[in-house]
Amino acid sequence: MNQGKDLPQEPGGAEFSRDAGWLKLDEPMYRRTFLKSLGVLGGSSLSLGTGRAEDRAAGAHSVGVLVDTTRCLGCRSCEIACAKANGLPKPEFDAETGYDSRRPTTETQWTAVNRYETDAGKFFVKRQCMHCSQPACVAACPTEAMYKTGEGPVIWRGDKCMGCRYCMVSCPFDIPKFEFGKAVPEIRKCVLCYERLQKGEQPACVQSCPGKALLFGFRNDLLETAKQRIYTDPGKYHHHVYGEYEAGGTGWIYISAVPFEKLGFRTDLGTAAYPEYTKQFLYSVPVVLLLWPAMLLALNKATEKEKD
Amino acid sequence: MASAPAAVKADAGETVALAGKPAQKWLTPFNIISVPVILLGVVLIAIRFTRGLGSVTNLSQDFPWGLWIGFDVNAGVAFAGGAYVLTFMVYIVRVQKYQGLVRATVLNGFLAYAFYACALLLDLGRPWNAVNPIIGNSFGVHSILFLVAWHFLLYMLAELVEFSPAIAEWLGWRRLRKILHGMTLGAVVFGITLSTLHQAGLGALFLMAKGKIHPLWYTEYIPILYFVSSIFAGLSMVIFEGTVSQRVFHNLIDPMDRTSYHRVMHGLARICAGAMFFYLFLQALLFIHEQRWQYMDSPMGLWYLTELIGFVLIPCLFFMHGLKKKSLLSIRIGSVLAMVGIVLNRLNVSIVAYKWYSPERYIPSWMEIEITLAIIFMEIWIFRWIVRRMPVFGKPPQWAVEQDSRERALNFD
Repeated sequence: MNQGKDLPQEPGGAEFSRDAGWLKLDEPMYRRTFLKSLGVLGGSSLSLGTGRAEDRAAGAHSVGVLVDTTRCLGCRSCEIACAKANGLPKPEFDAETGYDSRRPTTETQWTAVNRYETDAGKFFVKRQCMHCSQPACVAACPTEAMYKTGEGPVIWRGDKCMGCRYCMVSCPFDIPKFEFGKAVPEIRKCVLCYERLQKGEQPACVQSCPGKALLFGFRNDLLETAKQRIYTDPGKYHHHVYGEYEAGGTGWIYISAVPFEKLGFRTDLGTAAYPEYTKQFLYSVPVVLLLWPAMLLALNKATEKEKD
Repeated sequence: MASAPAAVKADAGETVALAGKPAQKWLTPFNIISVPVILLGVVLIAIRFTRGLGSVTNLSQDFPWGLWIGFDVNAGVAFAGGAYVLTFMVYIVRVQKYQGLVRATVLNGFLAYAFYACALLLDLGRPWNAVNPIIGNSFGVHSILFLVAWHFLLYMLAELVEFSPAIAEWLGWRRLRKILHGMTLGAVVFGITLSTLHQAGLGALFLMAKGKIHPLWYTEYIPILYFVSSIFAGLSMVIFEGTVSQRVFHNLIDPMDRTSYHRVMHGLARICAGAMFFYLFLQALLFIHEQRWQYMDSPMGLWYLTELIGFVLIPCLFFMHGLKKKSLLSIRIGSVLAMVGIVLNRLNVSIVAYKWYSPERYIPSWMEIEITLAIIFMEIWIFRWIVRRMPVFGKPPQWAVEQDSRERALNFD
């Protein structure tokens, strides 16, 4: 992966992290975690020079969002805030029947809330790009248009994209969307409000959430918060953090009262990061490129007619 | 280029096999069908570029790849595999009897790649950025598609070098022909290596669609299956194309070659049958290893068996029967069935088994099919234009043969 290349700002570095306007400390339980994370940051800024690859892969320095589906009210403020922040049309929604059918994310609606009826009651689930730690779309992209930033968001760069749509084929969550109706189409998806993050703001959806169902922060801290909530109220939560390991780990992580397959999540993705599936083939390429010509030339020589 | 006709005239005495002038008859059934199809295709392509992919294709957010990738690129490249197999036979292990087929097959392969690259450009949403992975400002080196794109490009060059002596013979460029001919072995070695990788690479494209492709078609061995099947796909195409050429271009084909034609076809059928047996063996291993019997009582299971038995095992038996009874008809039937099997397999991986769980299905629009036909017809037009002018089916001019024999006397045995 190329997370390490020409980052705008080292995410664990002083300017980005200490100017943490986006880490809103309005949740009492989170305050302790944040204080601790400051300590972690102090330590990590010392080790930045080494830039440990495994830390990046695990998303140690990258940001994400924790979605607590037990808190989501289905108000769709996030959908509207997302549309406003990204210049998208206001999502269409029928107040009476809107939740009766599944609404996928689309090229003009980067996040969508759906309702799921389970034995344990109704739950609302917000969907958007998961911002994987090792994204399939980035590994698929032949032009580096899909790009995993050092801060965590997976963004799309139009000046590089050639529109092959391999990212769409590869994404295990079916997130990248293509503008089939345009002569100059774009790949469109949630970019975790990357520009807002750089200005020190939170993602629009997180800021708009009145039920505090969304929590923005460093992925590592979010994982701890998620587990803390599960452990402190074990009866309320299903004991699994979706996204901790799924598809190699995702930036957005979910906790829920019911098993995730009941909320429409794919639970068959496995824990391997998707780029791993092509690694074996890619590693065999230089071997073939080196050995085949040698073997072919040897065969050619060996079958030469004897000199008279 | 201006000197070309003169050069041809000067060599006219030598290029006996070339003497057949381009046919004057224009109202042939092929022309009557292909010209309107090509013209309509051009119109549709114009619409595609002004109004977006959605205006001519049935592609959707759920099915981002359709007929143009599944058939034009995936199946088309497999059918072009005959070139690397034949160049291996002739230039690497020196089996002389296939020599007569090499030029037509390499030309076919080159044109197939050139036109499928065009199909790929049509399919790209932002084709003006297609140079990005080539010129190096955005090397997505971790992408299988990046690898495939580069190998396509380099392989087209290799095939052009392999074919270039025929162009030089046509133009009468003796000195250049000698140089180009000297580059053949290098191009062949390079070409076979690239072919191995991109035939397999096309399969490897789907490795990251894990969970989206039905487990009967998704396997980590998909690159190997693609590579092995490209051997009999390419050779079946050579057999089929040879059969058609025998009828259509009979005045261009060297009579000497026609007598050895049966022998050559039998040889190709034998390699096909062998490769198919190996392919079936791999599939059997996967069947056991991945416990595929559990899917057999589903519609997808039956479809899987149809593909493997109906269009791999049965054509394999046709080839073997044809070899035993010396029946060219059996071999031809086998080759057609095998080609249908390859189309089925590539479409199954990329379209039918892709998101088999989705209630939405992708069915190509008539315009996607029309444009595909237009591309194939354009390719045949160019192929016909070239074989009527250059020594593809017939023998090279006398001076070229002498040049080769002199060279051999110097460099080889």
